[in-house]
Amino acid sequence: MDFKLNKTHLLQQEMFRRFAENEVKPLAEEMDETEIYNRELLAKMHKVGLMGIPYSKEYGGVGGDYLGYALAMEEISKHDGSSGITISVHTSLACSCVDGFGTEEQKQMWLRPMVDGSKTGCFGLTEPNAGTDAAGQQTKALLDGDHYIINGTKIFTTNSGFADTFVMFAMTDKSVGTKGISCFVMDRNTPGLVVGPNIKRMGIRAASNCEVSYQNVRIPVTQRIGKEGEGFKIAMKALDGGRIGIAAQSVGIAQGALNEAIKYVKERKQFGKRISSFQNTQFKIAELQTHIDAARLMTWRAAVSKDNHENFGQNAAMAKLFASVMVNDVCRDAVQLMGGYGYCREYPVERALRDAKITEIYEGTSEAMKMVIAGSMKIF
Amino acid sequence: MKIVVCIKQVPDTNEVKLDPVTNTLIREGVPSIINHDDKSGIEAALILKEKFGGTVTVVCMGPPQADLALREALAMGCDEAYLVSAREFGGSDTWATASIISAALKKIGYDLIITGRQAIDGDTAQVGPQIAETLGIPQVSYAEEIYDIEDGNKVIVKRQFEDRYHIIEVKMPCLLTALAELATPRYMHAGGIIDAYQMEVKALGYEDLKDLLVLEHIGLKGSPTNVFKSFTKQAKGKGTLHKELSPDEAVEIIMAKLEERHII
Repeated sequence: MDFKLNKTHLLQQEMFRRFAENEVKPLAEEMDETEIYNRELLAKMHKVGLMGIPYSKEYGGVGGDYLGYALAMEEISKHDGSSGITISVHTSLACSCVDGFGTEEQKQMWLRPMVDGSKTGCFGLTEPNAGTDAAGQQTKALLDGDHYIINGTKIFTTNSGFADTFVMFAMTDKSVGTKGISCFVMDRNTPGLVVGPNIKRMGIRAASNCEVSYQNVRIPVTQRIGKEGEGFKIAMKALDGGRIGIAAQSVGIAQGALNEAIKYVKERKQFGKRISSFQNTQFKIAELQTHIDAARLMTWRAAVSKDNHENFGQNAAMAKLFASVMVNDVCRDAVQLMGGYGYCREYPVERALRDAKITEIYEGTSEAMKMVIAGSMKIF
Repeated sequence: MKIVVCIKQVPDTNEVKLDPVTNTLIREGVPSIINHDDKSGIEAALILKEKFGGTVTVVCMGPPQADLALREALAMGCDEAYLVSAREFGGSDTWATASIISAALKKIGYDLIITGRQAIDGDTAQVGPQIAETLGIPQVSYAEEIYDIEDGNKVIVKRQFEDRYHIIEVKMPCLLTALAELATPRYMHAGGIIDAYQMEVKALGYEDLKDLLVLEHIGLKGSPTNVFKSFTKQAKGKGTLHKELSPDEAVEIIMAKLEERHII
């Protein structure tokens, strides 16, 4: 067992770090304030390969792996959780459905532009009445000759405000529950696809997250990914991988917040001393760094098990469960270490604490993670 | 068109420590980067390649760990990389370095050579011009902008001067020394990094170049420059602030100071 990153991963990590510090960090505060994701930044992320890391060069991707993707998620999220989720939804949800279940033609048509830097993807599964209970899908796809007609509404579709490619799920046979869900891919400009306004949120405010309604959307059967009824399996598989991204995002947000707090305690003086000289500060920082590192190792293990084509679902769920709780604890303590200043918007830890909460909710809540883990452990 | 960019790996700080015996830099433990001006040179070369075609070769003289600088250049999009490294080359001053790199360049071949203006660890700005002199080719130092390549063999370059600039047409093969203003370096591409580690960094050692070198003229012993003393510059003390003076009073104080110091 070797816990060292290889040369390729080390140089990738260095490149992601430089990109995050020079390109993401300066924009993060303003994007959070305005709740608008900077499209030039998105274009830059595409250009350097940040949007296609674990995808084959054969389709224009980076030719990397999930470990490299986790490194990117951490470095970017250190400075901006919104940029993290933008990359994550595109990469491990939208792209992975087409990559894992698409035909060669579908990969050429839909995956290639998403991983070669030209198009951004989004993923529509959650509905107003179907969250953790994905089987409660009300969006329907009715077969009409060689076309499907799709009607329904998806909520919390991340990236939908600017995405070019929509991967979404709809019931093709309500009578068989989750086995009646199918996966579809379509262009933003498909008639009947209507993106609503951005939903106001507590954190990751710069990310785009809208309601998307499908009103008599007519698409050819060639835009169905996988077999009819395979949608639930496709979505769950995508979310398994997505959780590695969210775990890495959590590690990044936490490390970013702790780094800020460390910088602060080394400068701040109270009672005539730097507050970093107090043992309470030292112990707290030691404890937080230990928790972050534990989450990082769990995340890397999940990524490596996916890269090795092992059964990684439980590892990913455990990494996400642990990391998402950890990031909330760390950010709360980072704010505490910085006192009143930590609570001010002038310092990024305030934003980190708001951004942290969602990691316990999206791509499967902490409770859903426990269901996945207990299920893998065959605890019935 | 074969563009060759010469780069140097430098410590990522101005606060470097010196070896008290040799008075040379201690590089261990200090993160290393591609020298800023050199990186602009790489970018300029890549832009020229995209516009006019050709290849970009990157050359670095240094210890084995300079491999990382070359991988980074490959990950930015360079086509091939050479590491010029040998025990015999260690401790070379600018003159000896220029003769070694020139020997390597003769082996590699070139139409256009780009070097950085100067390295942040030595600040001599000598190696680029010395390479051009050693190779007997024209040079344009302090290149701020490359306008065009004409007829496939002439480069039109803007050269920065203190109070003016020159626009120069120069016949290839030639050498340019790049200012940071020449081009803002691109990031490595995430996939380029994977390619970079699958590509070969070609090694040029003493044995490969010895027919073009004189052993007595390279390395620490062959270097005519002897470092007499290296030391960290002491920071100047705080200046004296004179506030709320009339222009005449201010002039009087300044003139008195200048006279006191025997400047006038």
